[in-house]
Amino acid sequence: MSELSADGVSVAFAGLKALSEVSLKVSSGQILGLIGPNGAGKTTLVNVLTGFQAPTSGAVLLDGASLTGAEAHEVRRRGIARTFQGGRLFRDLPVIDNLEVTGLGLGLSRAAAIREAEEMLDWIGIASLADRIAGTLPYTDERRVAIGRALMRQPKFLLLDEPAAGMSAQEANDLSDLIRRIARERDCGVLLIEHNVGLVLGVCDHIVVLDSGAVIETGPPAAIRASETVRHAYMGTAADTDLPVQEALV
Amino acid sequence: MSALQIMFDALSLGSLYALGALGIALIFGVMRLVNFAHGDVIAFCVFALLWPSVDAIAIVFAGNLPWFLLIPFVLVMGAGLSVLCEFVVFRRFRNTNPATMMIASFALGFVIRYFLLMLFSSRPKSISLLPELSQPVTVLGARIPLLQLITILVTVGVLVGLTVFLRRTRFGLEMRAAAENFTMARMLGVRANRVIMVAFALSGALAGAIALILGSQTGTANIVMGANVMLMAFIATVIGGMGSLAGAVLAGFLLGASATLLQALLPPEARAFRDAFVYGAVILVLIFRPQGILSARGMKERV
Repeated sequence: MSELSADGVSVAFAGLKALSEVSLKVSSGQILGLIGPNGAGKTTLVNVLTGFQAPTSGAVLLDGASLTGAEAHEVRRRGIARTFQGGRLFRDLPVIDNLEVTGLGLGLSRAAAIREAEEMLDWIGIASLADRIAGTLPYTDERRVAIGRALMRQPKFLLLDEPAAGMSAQEANDLSDLIRRIARERDCGVLLIEHNVGLVLGVCDHIVVLDSGAVIETGPPAAIRASETVRHAYMGTAADTDLPVQEALV
Repeated sequence: MSALQIMFDALSLGSLYALGALGIALIFGVMRLVNFAHGDVIAFCVFALLWPSVDAIAIVFAGNLPWFLLIPFVLVMGAGLSVLCEFVVFRRFRNTNPATMMIASFALGFVIRYFLLMLFSSRPKSISLLPELSQPVTVLGARIPLLQLITILVTVGVLVGLTVFLRRTRFGLEMRAAAENFTMARMLGVRANRVIMVAFALSGALAGAIALILGSQTGTANIVMGANVMLMAFIATVIGGMGSLAGAVLAGFLLGASATLLQALLPPEARAFRDAFVYGAVILVLIFRPQGILSARGMKERV
């Protein structure tokens, strides 16, 4: 049983506070949702947890050991993987190579990396895409390849940055199933950042709500659904009409 | 001059440019550095065969080695100097912007060139490098220097070898990933230093190969001998699509072919201006395809 936590993390960009005193933790097999209006600091928090951004103050801990200040590749080696908004695959490489090179980078031999890459594509159910050039894939498949790449070498934690952006309801549904399987079958802790609040409420065990860089609410989906504070935060940014806030929260 | 002879001229000149362009594109691919010191590495490789002296007559040192030792020696010299450049200079510029790196590479090129100037003076020296290659052979009825044939064959060999390396080995895969998105590759655990080191070593060995060809072809060692190839190779990487290895090679051959054809077809009084026509063609290509012939997809702006 592992635990990844942010402990009083603050990040300031030239005086502008992106995060102030944010704490959260996610443990093996758990699906933690992170929601909040645009600019709430969600991606900044993921960047801090994965070594892409050093916190101005506060600490990142993996099983009690500090990860603060570790570089991105070191964090990945220690078992914390992430995906990015927009996939960021190696677009000129075939899908299988995208996974294989990750295995190599993380220390596998060539044969072992290929084997694990094939098993991974199979596990996700996209084995037929193995030889496609990553840049030619439709959006949804691109996301699934990115998740597969992140899952190479069995990370303990997976941080998903808006994996459902631009997906149809059916596609988002399939994604929910995949996320559940990642947590249940691989005993991986998942931190899910998502604008699709319905998806988050449906799939997460526990939810943290950020607004203007601070945690304004935490709790299980039912409590978040009922929370006045959360509703207020979202209504305050009603201009973001792309958010399915109404249906999701009412 | 027969058409066949023109074709061999075009291919061998193109080979030279393609080898140079590859050396630049390899490094540009992994670290967005346009290495203008490349031409000086080429010159260094030739001078590595001589003892330092300012006399007009070269005092040969390693140049007397039998060919099977001489060739690896020059390649290792190129690779070694190139890796040293990365280790001493370019590593410090890893996270600076491409313009800064480019200026650093200019400066480094001058350091190498003036180091050679100090040891050997600026006078061109005549050397006899692999003289057995200058004898003519008859291929399909065309009489061409053996060296030309070997240049073409070596280039084809290098291209095949590099393709196999990039496609079939783990280093190759790591390099392709790093070339496309260095930050991401690094984040996924690809060892940045090793990949960059291998890229520099390969690039340097390619400079060594060019040095051997140029040295045998011209029979002189000159501290600025790499400059012309470097310029053409750089242009080839630009019109090939920065970062695209295949594009760099293709453009190298196109440049070689157009230079040779213009040389053969232009009226004699215009031949002196051949390069102006070549560069004019380059400008035209860039007007219509500013991203290069084969643009590297990884280089495209993301929205």
